[in-house]
Amino acid sequence: MCLAVPMKVTKITGVQGEPDDFFLPPLATVEAEGVVQQVRLDIVDRFPAEGDYVIVHAGFAIHTLSPEDARKSLELFQEMARDAGEE
Amino acid sequence: MKTDRVLLDHGSGGLATRELVREVFLSRLSNPSLSRLEDSAVLDMPGGRIAYTTDSYVVDPVFFPGGDIGSLAVHGTINDLAMQGARPLALSMGLILEEGLGMEELDRIARSIARACGEAGVDVVAADTKVVPRGKADKIFINTSGIGIVAEGVDLGSHLASPGDVVVVSGFIGDHGTAILMSREGLTFDVDIHSDSAPLHTLVETVLSACPKGAVRLFRDPTRGGLATVLNEVAQASGVHIEIDEEAVPVRDGVMSVCELLGLEPMYLANEGKCVVVADGKYASGVLEALKGHVLGRDAAVIGRIKGLKGDEKPIVTMKTSVGGSRVVSILSGEPLPRIC
Amino acid sequence: MKGSNLYRNPEVVQALVKKIRGVANRPMRFMEVCGTHTMSIFRYGIKGLLPREISLISGPGCPVCVTPAAQIDQMIALSLRGGVTVATFGDLVRVPGSRSSLAEARAMGAGLQVVYSPADALEMAMKDGSKTVVFLGIGFETTTPSVAATILQAARNRVRNFCVFSSHKLMPPALHALFSDSGPRVDGLLCPGHVSTIIGARAYVPVAQAYGLPCVVAGFEPVDILQGIYMLARQVAEGRNDVENAYARAVTWQGNRRARKVTARVFEPVPARWRGLGDVDASGLKIKEEFREFDARERFSLKETEAEEPSGCKCGQVIKGMALPTSCPLFSRSCTPSRPVGPCMVSGEGTCAAYYKYGR
Repeated sequence: MCLAVPMKVTKITGVQGEPDDFFLPPLATVEAEGVVQQVRLDIVDRFPAEGDYVIVHAGFAIHTLSPEDARKSLELFQEMARDAGEE
Repeated sequence: MKTDRVLLDHGSGGLATRELVREVFLSRLSNPSLSRLEDSAVLDMPGGRIAYTTDSYVVDPVFFPGGDIGSLAVHGTINDLAMQGARPLALSMGLILEEGLGMEELDRIARSIARACGEAGVDVVAADTKVVPRGKADKIFINTSGIGIVAEGVDLGSHLASPGDVVVVSGFIGDHGTAILMSREGLTFDVDIHSDSAPLHTLVETVLSACPKGAVRLFRDPTRGGLATVLNEVAQASGVHIEIDEEAVPVRDGVMSVCELLGLEPMYLANEGKCVVVADGKYASGVLEALKGHVLGRDAAVIGRIKGLKGDEKPIVTMKTSVGGSRVVSILSGEPLPRIC
Repeated sequence: MKGSNLYRNPEVVQALVKKIRGVANRPMRFMEVCGTHTMSIFRYGIKGLLPREISLISGPGCPVCVTPAAQIDQMIALSLRGGVTVATFGDLVRVPGSRSSLAEARAMGAGLQVVYSPADALEMAMKDGSKTVVFLGIGFETTTPSVAATILQAARNRVRNFCVFSSHKLMPPALHALFSDSGPRVDGLLCPGHVSTIIGARAYVPVAQAYGLPCVVAGFEPVDILQGIYMLARQVAEGRNDVENAYARAVTWQGNRRARKVTARVFEPVPARWRGLGDVDASGLKIKEEFREFDARERFSLKETEAEEPSGCKCGQVIKGMALPTSCPLFSRSCTPSRPVGPCMVSGEGTCAAYYKYGR
């Protein structure tokens, strides 16, 4: 399930800590395109906050994007689309 | 019923069987033929060609969003008849029950069968129940046979598609397969997807009456194996190249999202209330209008064309992708399984 | 406009194709290393959009396809044991071992459950103590951290009936194995998306430098893939062999350190055998001694066996673009999609399987 779409974090349960310090693995409720899922946060690079986006693989978040990052990458894309249109 | 579970006794043919048949089935499915409880139903048949089909239903889970094994068993067989342009006349049903099946569940299924029959206007005129020991069946298996009458001049077949014909689909693809998968795996995606299980005989009739005889070549319902498999079967049988446009194939957003998440393609998932129609290109708008005018065909769309084969090209189905590329759509090999890598 | 639709915009796709045409001044052959890239390229019909000068070859990035038949046999044997339920990703179910597959084993009564996450497998074990759940650990660096996290969770919760059969592999060592002997017949690498999320774009620098190969990390949508191909073609035209990242929304230069840390806590690199490539040093992952109770190989005393692979499999060469499928002595004789020998035929979209099905 290499899902390409970054999913938006709507809720976090549990807290972050060192890899094997927590007993209840923290979870994030995420949604994208109408699909809502629960994903594990054990291995994500930066612990997300509500409103962040995460890339998900096999039920675990593997990368966090801030809305700013998401916006920037969207801008980059739109720039690419504009360049494309101009050629 | 005196017990709350199906017991081996209920299959023995004696008093318990009679109690089961009367209380659970006859109370809901009664019609003159069935109520007689003779060894066979004797029917007055109109003259003409008889369409005759059988199908077995082993769906797991037994209850799913949008239906259950009972309604599926009625719709599926009516649809097999409808695909040959037949007007369904009667159904028979053989039920194999697993010892221990809850009576309440069985009752629910019986009610669902009755409702489906009532709505479709087709009766179950003959039925049989057997009970097998626990573990020898998965809750309930149903076999449904059906007979129908094919009107004169209606000649449909998968071998009749020819270059210039248009390929139309009656609505959204992949709903049933997705609903079942989500139900079976207990997936908790918060998106509302349910089976499209429905009887298509009146839809077929609407299309046939909207076109001159011979204009419609075939109907096929894309059940197991999905749209991709049915198109491949038609291409093989007719010896043609079917070219479809990915953007034109109607798929609900929710189904698309779930399929993306699981690495599945809607083209390979089952549909239980949809059909593919191939017709003479000249009547494309007529067919589309007829479909859209019917409640089960509101989301119909033209998805492709039939082309001839060049040289020693083999029958094939190709698809223009949403980004303008082209790919071959092969037949499904094995169950669609979600991918990780 | 839906999020992913942006990355499938046909106008942008066409414009990227035009840009590629502009820099593809000679024949260029790129290898897409990741199985998901192979699938995406096939699914969107991307090959047909590219100018003639550009050809694409699928590399060893399908973790299921490179799993040796002998290991599949061990997985099948495990699934047939009484009291064992094997939990696996869907990808493995139909892959053939030397005689059979997990699907066939299930038909013979094997306990098999398809899961979407290793966490689901642990949950199964925790819910039903009567069976031992063996999770089949396949996948590259994207998947291993989640398996490691699951083993840590099992350890914390002292779960006695859960273990992992690790067949995990590492990507960079495989790339070295591919290119270190007889020079690449490939002009650049389209590097995996999510493996790179974990290992970082910088992981490809040794490969780019040692073999003079341009490397571009790309995402899985059509626009991502074409952008990646454009950047590769541009590098070749400019005579560069740099590592570039075209998937910045998911990949950073340094990658996900936390995930790597979690993996290193539980796994250690060992030599591994790859279907088609043979033995590659430090390319597999073994569960560390500290967590041996969660190692299926230890728990069931499994030993590496030599499975019979017909000699002559040319996948290693095909993968490198040094041989065509048709030149392999096994192609369409003892190696067909229904009885495949090497990964190029195991994967539905592998080079040999594609040749076989579509003759190209």
